Amino acid sequence: MSSTRTAHTPRPGSRVRRDAAHRLALLESMLRVRRFEERCVELYSAARIRGFMHLYIGEEAVAVGVNEALTGDDAVVSTYREHGHALARGVPAEAIMAEMFGKVTGCSRGRGGSMHLFDAGRRFYGGNAIVGGGLPLAAGLALADHMTGRNRVTCCFFGDGAFAEGEFHETANLAALWRLPLLLVCENNLYAMGTALERHQAQTDLALRAAGYGMVSWAVDGMDVLAVEDAARRAAEGVRAGAGPHFLEMRTYRFRAHSMYDADRYRDKAEIEHWKERDPVEGFARRLLEAKELTGKARDALEDRLAAGIDRAVEAAEQAPEEPVETLLEYVTSPVEANRS
Amino acid sequence: MTATRTRTPAPAAAAEGRTTYRDAMREAMREAMRADERVFLMGEDVGRYGGCFGVSLGLLEEFGPERIRDAPLSESAFVGAGIGAALVGMRPIVEIMTVNFSLLALDQILNNAATLLHMSGGQLEVPIVIRMTTGAGRQLAAQHSHSLEGWYAHIPGLRVLAPATVADARYMLAPALADPDPVLIFEHGSLYNVSAELPAGPGFPGIERAVVRRPGTDVSVITYGGSLPKALAAADDLAEAGISAEVVDLRSLRPLDDATLGDSVARTHRAVVVDEGWRTGSLAAEISARLTEGHFYDLDAPVERVCSAEVPIPYARALEAAALPQADTIVAAARRAVGDPAPARADTADQRPTAGRPS
Repeated sequence: MSSTRTAHTPRPGSRVRRDAAHRLALLESMLRVRRFEERCVELYSAARIRGFMHLYIGEEAVAVGVNEALTGDDAVVSTYREHGHALARGVPAEAIMAEMFGKVTGCSRGRGGSMHLFDAGRRFYGGNAIVGGGLPLAAGLALADHMTGRNRVTCCFFGDGAFAEGEFHETANLAALWRLPLLLVCENNLYAMGTALERHQAQTDLALRAAGYGMVSWAVDGMDVLAVEDAARRAAEGVRAGAGPHFLEMRTYRFRAHSMYDADRYRDKAEIEHWKERDPVEGFARRLLEAKELTGKARDALEDRLAAGIDRAVEAAEQAPEEPVETLLEYVTSPVEANRS
Repeated sequence: MTATRTRTPAPAAAAEGRTTYRDAMREAMREAMRADERVFLMGEDVGRYGGCFGVSLGLLEEFGPERIRDAPLSESAFVGAGIGAALVGMRPIVEIMTVNFSLLALDQILNNAATLLHMSGGQLEVPIVIRMTTGAGRQLAAQHSHSLEGWYAHIPGLRVLAPATVADARYMLAPALADPDPVLIFEHGSLYNVSAELPAGPGFPGIERAVVRRPGTDVSVITYGGSLPKALAAADDLAEAGISAEVVDLRSLRPLDDATLGDSVARTHRAVVVDEGWRTGSLAAEISARLTEGHFYDLDAPVERVCSAEVPIPYARALEAAALPQADTIVAAARRAVGDPAPARADTADQRPTAGRPS
């Protein structure tokens, strides 16, 4: 279901590459996220990963599809449920796994953990664990591009819960007012932690509300990676053309609990099973099998390859050194000022 | 009360002429924007209005609306936008009307500006400057008058400056902009109309150090920002009574210049800390603790504190005045510190028991 729900109708889509190789690449990218996180669950149970860990399982089509619309020059700002965004962006699995192990080779040198993955070189600006807190930051990245005439897109992911935060509304207004090159991607998984959308929003049509700020906005089937990619390409194209911020409501669902601490008492099992029938990864794999673009043998080979990659990441994280505690006070202020108290 | 009473040692260079704190701050911004096209000013009413307190008046005409950027009343969004712009090479100066309003941007200041460098393992520097008005004394009541800079000084990752003189208003901004980390500049509202001869060129002590504004031998009066003129007036009064007070201006609230404070107390053996913040959990408490930890055997008396009364700042003139540190309460505290039993009235703002106090 890719419905246009607002007065602001997106233009007909730019051409998405529709060849089989591209579809296989999308499947691989989604599967990588799925298998990576499944391994994270095992490692969490084994107490190799600690802290809060929020899984993206069920929402993979959003990160993977949106990433197709972005170039290496574009920027991404994400949330605490960002393993998928980081992997899709190209942050190495080794660096992410090591970060979750709290090792020096982690992408944030062990200072961030699961919720705070950063990779400045890939223009991946984190891992923000304050709901809505990444939005103003993303507006600033876009503002800098706007002021310096760089034609780049800043993509900010956030959840439906952020719609209850002032920072969303402040940022939406500011970005639309200044016509900032911002792609706002709302991952509406129907729950703000444990509170259902209709229990935290007076108006649950989020695209409609975003349109109220004068942004091109529409809702997308976030369980269909091709629909996501198509929408993201159209939106990013509009942003690049100078049409100001664009808003996409990705209708998706997380199959796992909010975090590893969550007993998931607030959702019906039937509801979860219903959404699992629309599994973005397995559903897409079935489509490719039926279209004979994927064979069982090729799928097995892909699984082996992904498992081997994750094995290497885990092994590397296990072997990596801890950051010496003598470095505790580093990175509080910049190195030239390292002696400041 | 003007900053001409500060008796700052004159720098070697010739004076640039007389100017106000407000004009000095504006000139600092103008100079920065002329020198570096990455610098821009963003905030509420900084452009067409000319700044809530007139600090940016005329800059829109010179630099245009892209660089003198009027923002909607969205403190979190425009402070956060400044942080984001700083991450990718800009040098934003973000103006917040008052420190009370900065609470609407506290998420961005604490959870992003102060934290991103660390949380990213050193990848993301945030070279933003955030200016805001602070302090009471203008009958603006409880939502425009507080002194919360001590809260910000609690936060690792921030540099917190409090220019108290025209020279600091003029010269602190450039090094603040050059700092790779976020810098907060607190401008006490009572200082904007202060005028003084402005030194030019050499003589600026940088932004790391506290400065002795008036040398003395009997007691160190340690203060900052809008309380500096009051402390200097108190020192004048104390001098008439034969008490030589040394007035130390912190200038930097984070990091604190422990060495200068310690040197002063090692000379005078007594200290009074004057801080317009509330006493409980205050910057004054931090300084008192540091002096006690580091200079216990130098001290001949307990460290005195003169802070604001523990009430929201009231509107009525007399009530407001009674809530704040004043020259006479500073004098009284200094007399207690030196054991001079002379006729000082009780420090009502402090409500501190006097029984059993060593004197």
